[in-house]
Amino acid sequence: MEGDRKFGDPILEVQDINLSFGGVTALEGVSFDILNGEVRAIIGPNGAGKSSMLNVINGFYHPQQGQITYKGKTRRQMRPHHAASSGIARTFQNIALFKGMSTLDNIMTGRNTKMRKNLLWQALYLGPAKREELEHRDFVEHVIDFLEIQAIRKTPVGKLPYGMQKRVELGRALAAEPELLLLDEPMAGMNLEEKEDMCRFVLDVNDQFGTTIALIEHDMGVVMDISDRVVVLDYGKKIADGTPEEVRADQRVIEAYLGVTRDDN
Amino acid sequence: MAVKSDTFPKLLLENARRFGDRPAIREKEFGIWQTWNWRQVADEVRALACGFAARGFKRGDRVAIVGDNRPRLYWTMAAAQSIGGVPVPTYQDAVAEEIQYVLEHAEVKFVVAEDQEQVDKILDVQERCPSLREIFFDDTRGMRKYDQSRLIDFEVLQREGREFDQKNPDYFVQQVEQGKGEDVAILLYTSGTTGRPKGVVLTHDNVLITARNGIEFDHLTQDEEVLAYLPMAWVGDHIFSYAQSYVSGFCVSCPENASTVMHDLREIGPTYFFAPPPIFESLLTNVMIRMEDAARISQIIFTYFMRVARSVGPKILAKEAVSIKDKWLYKLGHLLVYGPLKNTLGMSRIQLAYTAGEAIGPDIFDFYRSLGINIKQLYGQTEASVNVTLQPDGEVYPDTVGKPAPQVEIKIADDGEVLYRSPGVFQCYFKNEAETREIKTEEGWVHTGDAGFIDDRGHLKIIDRAKDVGKLNDGSIFAPKYVENKLKFFPHIKEVVAFGDGRDYCAVMVNIDMEAVANWAERNNISYASYQELAARPEVYQLIEDGVSKVNEELAADPNLAASQIRRFLVLHKELDADDGELTRTRKVRRRFIADKYRTLVDALYSDKKSCFIETEVAFEDGRTGSISADLQIRDLNVYTDLKKAS
Repeated sequence: MEGDRKFGDPILEVQDINLSFGGVTALEGVSFDILNGEVRAIIGPNGAGKSSMLNVINGFYHPQQGQITYKGKTRRQMRPHHAASSGIARTFQNIALFKGMSTLDNIMTGRNTKMRKNLLWQALYLGPAKREELEHRDFVEHVIDFLEIQAIRKTPVGKLPYGMQKRVELGRALAAEPELLLLDEPMAGMNLEEKEDMCRFVLDVNDQFGTTIALIEHDMGVVMDISDRVVVLDYGKKIADGTPEEVRADQRVIEAYLGVTRDDN
Repeated sequence: MAVKSDTFPKLLLENARRFGDRPAIREKEFGIWQTWNWRQVADEVRALACGFAARGFKRGDRVAIVGDNRPRLYWTMAAAQSIGGVPVPTYQDAVAEEIQYVLEHAEVKFVVAEDQEQVDKILDVQERCPSLREIFFDDTRGMRKYDQSRLIDFEVLQREGREFDQKNPDYFVQQVEQGKGEDVAILLYTSGTTGRPKGVVLTHDNVLITARNGIEFDHLTQDEEVLAYLPMAWVGDHIFSYAQSYVSGFCVSCPENASTVMHDLREIGPTYFFAPPPIFESLLTNVMIRMEDAARISQIIFTYFMRVARSVGPKILAKEAVSIKDKWLYKLGHLLVYGPLKNTLGMSRIQLAYTAGEAIGPDIFDFYRSLGINIKQLYGQTEASVNVTLQPDGEVYPDTVGKPAPQVEIKIADDGEVLYRSPGVFQCYFKNEAETREIKTEEGWVHTGDAGFIDDRGHLKIIDRAKDVGKLNDGSIFAPKYVENKLKFFPHIKEVVAFGDGRDYCAVMVNIDMEAVANWAERNNISYASYQELAARPEVYQLIEDGVSKVNEELAADPNLAASQIRRFLVLHKELDADDGELTRTRKVRRRFIADKYRTLVDALYSDKKSCFIETEVAFEDGRTGSISADLQIRDLNVYTDLKKAS
């Protein structure tokens, strides 16, 4: 990556988040921020609370304590529809697409929050509703072009290989024109080539649209390559936060995550 | 009629007047086919040409084009030609070093690249291309971060061109008028299987006369639909998608991207189509695989009507008489099978399809013809602006490449090499006097490097590379690859090595196709534990012998090749492998190496032994070596002596 990337103010700050399910503590006093325009990685061993953190950010889970500041507004908790309409989109660890629908239709659902006409108008498909539909379709086609999935435009998603489904899911998230994109293990289960493609798309999204990206990822190579800053969780607590180089050198991270000391270079 | 336009730019202006609103080129983008009519194309080309001029492009300068088939890249060709420049298309999948060679050798001044991927390649090698001044890119994606001083957006270039055009309104037309038919139109680098690629210099006359002849020969009109999906650097695409479109005014469609070609083919439904044999082959394989999964009833209908098609289809296509019953059966078959099948293949509207480049299997060829798809073979070279021979309608045979194309003369040298002379013959290899003189004689004859002969129907038959053709001891010609290819068309045979040069007769070593033979063995309850065991089974020998026999029968029918009938053969106990040096990396057999390595086997083939023991060293995938030994049987075959045995 080229050296000096400059980022704006924080787009999102989480402060002192505590989340527990019954007696099980998932997150404990976690605070960090995400700067406008950066690629932010959240890493940690299994069960460290990474996905929980993502779910707190977009309002799936409601923390018992702490606050979330998104674009200058501070809240105790986010609501999913709030998150979606204010520019947060996400993909899921286990793909959550409509398997029987085509790639095109799946991505079109990502435009949902942008549709202004009500159901009746859309059902009638007259004048304004038609124009609106065309606008959305146009945007979706740009997403398809961007992700280079023209060849599967009309293929039912359930028939696609896993790596492609992941890409369609990213497409649906992009269709919402997010300012903050949350990716939950976008490269899990992919082969090397698919990973490289995905990395390129993530970087391109960040570069082309200036979208801020927060991603959870297991593949350390990927994390070190594409993220600007990394936050490390372990047993629900933040144990490190910094650039990939700093994190990699952090003794606690090595112990908790990488297990053994090794020289990568 | 006025004097025909003798250059591409003049043709373009003529088309803009003649065809005006008719579509000239299409591209699928954002899911929709975007169309430009001839007037719009002329306008785009004009802006582009003026843009080049504004940036200091002079007559005779060269522009490289790197990318997939895109309207803008085709316009670049015409724009460069408008102001006396020479376009140099390069293969879009070439690695940076290969592109660098072309850029440096052709002394390219400008490059028009499709996208970031291509730009990256050129930036990698730009230091080694001293003549390179500026790079233009079509797709802006990912280009924001690049240093833009030498990298210019295509749209910016055209905008500058329009400004330039306003200040110098006469410039463009004057430049176009200056062009002459004998000017260099294009520099095409042949991919060259051996050594460095050579730049073939073709003039407007070369390309346009050849294109016109082809159009007249096949009665092509302005209503054809063509899909431009083969590399722009390849002469075939240049003729079919560019030259012939300009000459006859038909519309060319560019696919959305490389992976959507099959979808786009179906949407466009071309009427005029070119594909090398492997594409036709893989389309057929896809159909067959899908049929195997189809319902039983569909399979029965399919099998029945395909049998009808095979016996009747080619005759109907050749406009020969068939019985009324057959005619109606074929019509019913069209309704039930052929029509839907052609639709799936995107071939519903095909009037004419060509294939060339290598021999096409007769089965594959017949399959398409029996469906009523007029697929024909041609023989061509970059040096000839493609067409050397073409198959005329009504005279289509799977084993020939046709008759000399209009205005093409052909002669066969004493050693069997095919030579031709035509208006399409190239000027020279760029900056390569020595090789030009080697290939092209003073009188304009071009050595093809291929050996062949004209059969009694007046058709050219290509049998092998001239340098591989030898002679049997009785003096008759021996073309190993011809024999090998004939055998390889059998699905059970994977590789063949034929011997015969300087021998009394032809003998072959065969490699079975494991997948096909294993499948066959399973169906026939033949058990085996290994490749070696399967290859040695008498049943397998019989299977191969049937194939070899059939080839002999075909060879016997041809007086030039009857002597090459196979007398003895054996089935090898191991697969020929590139790791053992027996094949090249492109899977061509290395005959000499094999003859050396299996000397004992070759000697046995030319003795009267019934079997031969051999021990071979093999390299395993992990790099270790081992040895396998086997006692191979050798089979004798009867040869057909009576040439007219068929009666």
